[in-house]
Amino acid sequence: MGFERFGTISFVSQAKVSKFVDYLEEGKVMGTRCKSCGKKYFPPRNDCAQCLSSDVEWFEIVGPGKLLTYSKLMYAPSGFEGDLPYRICVVEYPDGVKVFGRVSPAIPDDDLSIGMELVAVPTKLSGNKVAYEFKRP
Amino acid sequence: MQKVGIIGVGQSAFVRGYEGSIRELVFEGFSEAMRDAQLKPQDINASIICSAPEYDKQRTPAGLMAEYLELTPQPTFYIESVCSSSSMGVRVAYSMIQAGLHDIVAVIGFQKMSEISSAESQERMGRGADIMWESPFGTMMPAYYAMHARAHMNAYGTTEEDLALIRVKAASYGQINEKAVYRKGVTLEKALSSDPVSTPLKVFDCCANADGSSCIIVASEKTARKLSPKPVWILGLGAASAPINMAGRSTYTGLTCAREAAKQAYSMAGVTPKDIDVAEVHDCFTIAEMMGYEDLGFAEPGKGKELIRNKETYIGGKIPVNVDGGLLSKGHPIGATGGSQIRTITLQLRGEAGPMQVDGAKIGLVHNIGGVGIYGNVTILGRD
Repeated sequence: MGFERFGTISFVSQAKVSKFVDYLEEGKVMGTRCKSCGKKYFPPRNDCAQCLSSDVEWFEIVGPGKLLTYSKLMYAPSGFEGDLPYRICVVEYPDGVKVFGRVSPAIPDDDLSIGMELVAVPTKLSGNKVAYEFKRP
Repeated sequence: MQKVGIIGVGQSAFVRGYEGSIRELVFEGFSEAMRDAQLKPQDINASIICSAPEYDKQRTPAGLMAEYLELTPQPTFYIESVCSSSSMGVRVAYSMIQAGLHDIVAVIGFQKMSEISSAESQERMGRGADIMWESPFGTMMPAYYAMHARAHMNAYGTTEEDLALIRVKAASYGQINEKAVYRKGVTLEKALSSDPVSTPLKVFDCCANADGSSCIIVASEKTARKLSPKPVWILGLGAASAPINMAGRSTYTGLTCAREAAKQAYSMAGVTPKDIDVAEVHDCFTIAEMMGYEDLGFAEPGKGKELIRNKETYIGGKIPVNVDGGLLSKGHPIGATGGSQIRTITLQLRGEAGPMQVDGAKIGLVHNIGGVGIYGNVTILGRD
């Protein structure tokens, strides 16, 4: 249990990496690292397929990263209409880890440009839910 | 090695709000292909049913379709790779025939998208991505492709007008395809002034949801030569995958699964992009066709825009693409799409494409993508 609290609507309730949600509560966006080969994973994974190992540790995603691409949604899938309009994006961190998420409403459309620096920051949503969004460093 | 041929092709009209059940919809594509091949159900040694789940309530549709089409007691099973399901079905049919397991196989694709609302459909399609780490942010297919469009524009200077030109082309051919769901012309001004869906993509950058079915009858070389006056040969097959999560992707200016599948298909067929006379490119969105030009090697990376600006992908150009209206105008009933694309190229190679005919077409290519580049299938067809 625990993962049902991630995002506007979560489609997963149980995951071995549900601690991700607890970390968001603590103000941290975390990924996992394989203790055997050292590979970093975001989204966090419980398992490393190369090492066939489930011995992973958490590390904090610290930035800033750079905006790779984004889009502003004017229509939404069922259940997300109340959030419109919102912007989704992919950000790449200096260690090569990429993070998918939403851009903070605090950044105006005109200020968004590919290559700009952003950081992932945990946010609290209504209904006791948590997520993260990208803000200026 | 013996060849594997296509001896029958069929598809229903692609429509909005099909007034019938999925079994009746499937009958339309199947019956056309069976009349084309002049076969009876008992001549089919196995059937492969292809669709994406959760649009209709039927679980395990293969059993239902085999019964309705009188394809029992022969083996039947289901293949799913969302939008590329029926191309994957043809790949499996090819494998079974080459292995000597079956001689004639029917690949049947269908989708009745109108069983659910448009917003529900977007939610289903959005769940064709990573439901754990992406869907909670409210993702949908147009938004994923829009991020590719933004990256392509930033990297190469591709413009919204370049994408609109692809829609204008699709609409010009959709008008002459009696099976297309969208039969109207679209001017550049109309395409550019349509409402944004997910920036920079607008309404006219997006394909039409549709209900439809398709059927491809595949046979061994010996049987194809015996039964068909104009067999079309499967010269090359490529299939590949890429990470489902955007965070796992190495690029957003193209689809790596398509590049890999194309490489395999060209190598197997022993041809190059220059040898292709006519192509079907998976244009679920205008940017998807633009990336397809480059991923398939019709243009260098970043040069796809020159092809459409110079009308090189129209009939009469260097490489005619989607001259049946494409997914943009013909419509995109997910599980039926790959079969419909293969049908179009088969008719082109037989010289039976009517007003859409590319004169003298000898080698054709089908590029069919599942999800936002999760699955890539490239199929190269040729004639004697």
